[in-house]
Amino acid sequence: MGKMKTIVARMPIMILVIVLLSISLFLFIAPIVAPYDPLKVEMGSRLLPISSEHWLGTDHLGRDILSRLLVGAQVTVGSTFLILFLSIAIGLPFGLISGYVGGWVDRVLMRIVDAILAFPDYIVAIVLTGLLGPGLSNLVISVIIVKWVKYTRLVRGTVLSEKYADYIAMAKVNGLNPFQILTKHIIPHVMGNVLVLATLDIGKTILLIASLSYIGLGNQPPNPEWGSMLNEGKQFFYNEPQLMFIPGIAIVIVVLFFNLFGDKLRDYYDVKNKQGGY
Amino acid sequence: MKQILKRLLEFTLFILILSIVSFTFMKLAPGDPVRSILSVDDVSISEAQIEELRSELGLDKPVVIQYLHWLYSFIQFDLGHSYMTKQPVVHELLEKLPATLQLTIASLVIMMMISVPLGILSAIYKDSWIDHVSRMFALGGSAIPSFWLGLLLVQIFSVKLGLLPSMGKGSFLHLLLPSITLGIAMAAVYVRLIRASLIESLGEDFIRSAKSRGYSRRKIFFQLAFRHALAPVINVLGVTIGSLLGGTVIIEVIFSYPGLGKLVIDSILRRDYPVIQGYILSMGIIVVIVNLLVDSTHRYLDPKIRIKGGE
Repeated sequence: MGKMKTIVARMPIMILVIVLLSISLFLFIAPIVAPYDPLKVEMGSRLLPISSEHWLGTDHLGRDILSRLLVGAQVTVGSTFLILFLSIAIGLPFGLISGYVGGWVDRVLMRIVDAILAFPDYIVAIVLTGLLGPGLSNLVISVIIVKWVKYTRLVRGTVLSEKYADYIAMAKVNGLNPFQILTKHIIPHVMGNVLVLATLDIGKTILLIASLSYIGLGNQPPNPEWGSMLNEGKQFFYNEPQLMFIPGIAIVIVVLFFNLFGDKLRDYYDVKNKQGGY
Repeated sequence: MKQILKRLLEFTLFILILSIVSFTFMKLAPGDPVRSILSVDDVSISEAQIEELRSELGLDKPVVIQYLHWLYSFIQFDLGHSYMTKQPVVHELLEKLPATLQLTIASLVIMMMISVPLGILSAIYKDSWIDHVSRMFALGGSAIPSFWLGLLLVQIFSVKLGLLPSMGKGSFLHLLLPSITLGIAMAAVYVRLIRASLIESLGEDFIRSAKSRGYSRRKIFFQLAFRHALAPVINVLGVTIGSLLGGTVIIEVIFSYPGLGKLVIDSILRRDYPVIQGYILSMGIIVVIVNLLVDSTHRYLDPKIRIKGGE
């Protein structure tokens, strides 16, 4: 019974892991599945409508839209995952140190965090990318600089609320060193909150990357990316609306999926917290 | 009085840190400003010319001196000249600021026109069809990229129907499409926020006691519950105005709307660093002022904070 309970309690995390793994797998195989080379220009088959050969038609340079969409997913969604993974990888240790060590370390770290948080996401990302130079890797770096602070904040808060709990005192009495206490007791506790925040962040990050790529600060043509595909397609909006609709709808569906999923995950944790489960 | 002094001190400190940060960013930025000034007309440049301009701009002195020099002129509201237009940066920024403020305010108005009625209705008629509609709206609105929505609106209202202008600035009509685009995206968040906040305050004890004293439903709702529900909403408004200023950048580019956002993107693409620096500073100052305003409104609305005098 006890074991069953743990499995049920960890269900959402398990589902999350499965979903993320399958999406990653999909992103990984996307270029292989893609029926055409997404970069191959074929002026003879420009702006073809939807057909059995080109399932979603072709763009103004005769490139297959389905292939570009699939490979573009790798860029848009893939870089989002990379950003969130690295933001957690940076934010988590800083949050742990800030919360657990306290003192001047905490004060200095929190000043930095507050300073970055005072600025709106978009403005920091735009200005940083602008200064580093437009390009996907610089965009990724800028967004990580914006994002890590949120995780540091969250982790620090959770650590502070757990630091004086009885089981931590018990662990100390039993002679665990701070490193063991952090890894064995505090990190498992923090991860739930971190994953909820990260899931809710996926949609926002996708929108941020697509927006900045659209205005030319992120992904550079001819590489496919959903935001830059929209930028290329906009001049043909009137006669070939599918060029605008397909990448846009792809963004909406993916963002919607992660937002709904994040909401469910958050509700689940809220319910558990309210019932005093933790 | 002590509160105000403390605030002022914090404000000064923040601006000082901000100035150091933005100065450092400029120093770290790749590309040589001297070369980019001189290479405007594609004429060949000699090393002597480069050296001359470098010392003229004071770029050959140590970084700390450069910073102090820059800070001194910053205090006098002199942020240098744009590399491209040769105009003072402050002048350029002030010229574009009204357009962005107009857009921001118009978007806030549209956001409220959508979210306040929809939020109130879905709180009163919880779980009815209107509540479901507002949920769908909130879900959809937060998943649609604003630049895409903007393009769709242009396509429908400017190209197909020919009702509204799609770009530029000038009249009330020019403001309409960009602010609707931004307003819808924000309203998606606020509908749910207003609903949740109202439902929570309708469940409070003071509402029950007002009911038992026989106050009319209208009075309870609009004078008690609504006011109580407003505090958390206004708190979030501070954050929203910040992200709204970020959102205006994208929207201004799409609608070729001549505001601060369009200016900064143009400056980024042309490596016009003094303008970018001026933009960072002015955004920082705006964000701080907005936070101060939100803070004091929050104080005014929440008697608990007012009596205790903060903390």
